[in-house]
Amino acid sequence: MTATYEKIATTTLGSAQSTVNFTSITASYTDLIFIWSYKQDTDSTVYMRFNGDTNANYSTTGLFGDGSTTSSQRLSNNSNGIWFRSELISSSNFNSAIYQFNNYSNTNIFKTVLSRANNAGEMVGATVGLWRSTSAISSIEVWQGGTGFSSGSTFTLYGIKAE
Amino acid sequence: MATTYTLISSVTVGSGGTATISFTSIPQTYTDLMLVASTRTDRASNINDELYVTFNSNTSSYSWRRLLGENSGSSDSGSTRTVFITDASTSTASVFGSGSIYIPNYTGSTNKSYSIDSIQENNATNAARQLVAGLWSNTAAITQIDLTSSTSSNFVQYSTAYLYGISNE
Repeated sequence: MTATYEKIATTTLGSAQSTVNFTSITASYTDLIFIWSYKQDTDSTVYMRFNGDTNANYSTTGLFGDGSTTSSQRLSNNSNGIWFRSELISSSNFNSAIYQFNNYSNTNIFKTVLSRANNAGEMVGATVGLWRSTSAISSIEVWQGGTGFSSGSTFTLYGIKAE
Repeated sequence: MATTYTLISSVTVGSGGTATISFTSIPQTYTDLMLVASTRTDRASNINDELYVTFNSNTSSYSWRRLLGENSGSSDSGSTRTVFITDASTSTASVFGSGSIYIPNYTGSTNKSYSIDSIQENNATNAARQLVAGLWSNTAAITQIDLTSSTSSNFVQYSTAYLYGISNE
């Protein structure tokens, strides 16, 4: 069997932590899949940055449903990174988010990131993020300004090959 | 190279149809599960049907929030078994609904959250797509997953479902 879906790295937090980093990401895959199983003690917005870029090169467009109303929001020219709404993070249950990075190592294009995130107690969401850089994504930083992701939260990065 | 995305089992519905697509004795050796389904039911006089997703034969302790698009957008929530939309008898012939369920940490001792994306397509009006955040408030490891029609209809022939195990080992 040809393996086309390979784990690159995984982190399971042993204690609350406000930043999760994946570095030295090889450019040898076609796409990346980033899976979160996460919880935090207090609600706080989360962001994701690439290659240590802290300039205003990120934008996010999201579609959300909270169980009674739908909404769409957009953040442009953000330096914090790709946006992840705090309502998508539960303080009582572990929830899931799935990010898809297509063509993450193509140096001719800016990078788009599709996501699906879930918190059955508050909100369901789908977003697209844009990083205006032609650099291959070689590192990913997930961070938030609150008390951090709870112990037991797991972040796993997979590589997918189209060969 | 480690294989991290492995087919556990598949179901293809035969000519007689079936009321339940079931995956039993799910191995506890993976990190996450992904169920991918292409389905249609024989629900009479309707273009779509809602499927129930049931874990370990337990029919309680479910909650969900949904983002639904069918020409316009809406959002709702519920406490029935989590919903998964598919095509039914009056939908365009040969059109099957598609969807996937992602279940992280299915062997863990915490409540189980999961993500469902599903669509019901139709070569006419009244097609739908829905995104669901689901929670089964039960700490048991998931050993069985059943798909059933919420209207007690049957899956028709050629409906398929594939269960994959994903490992981060």
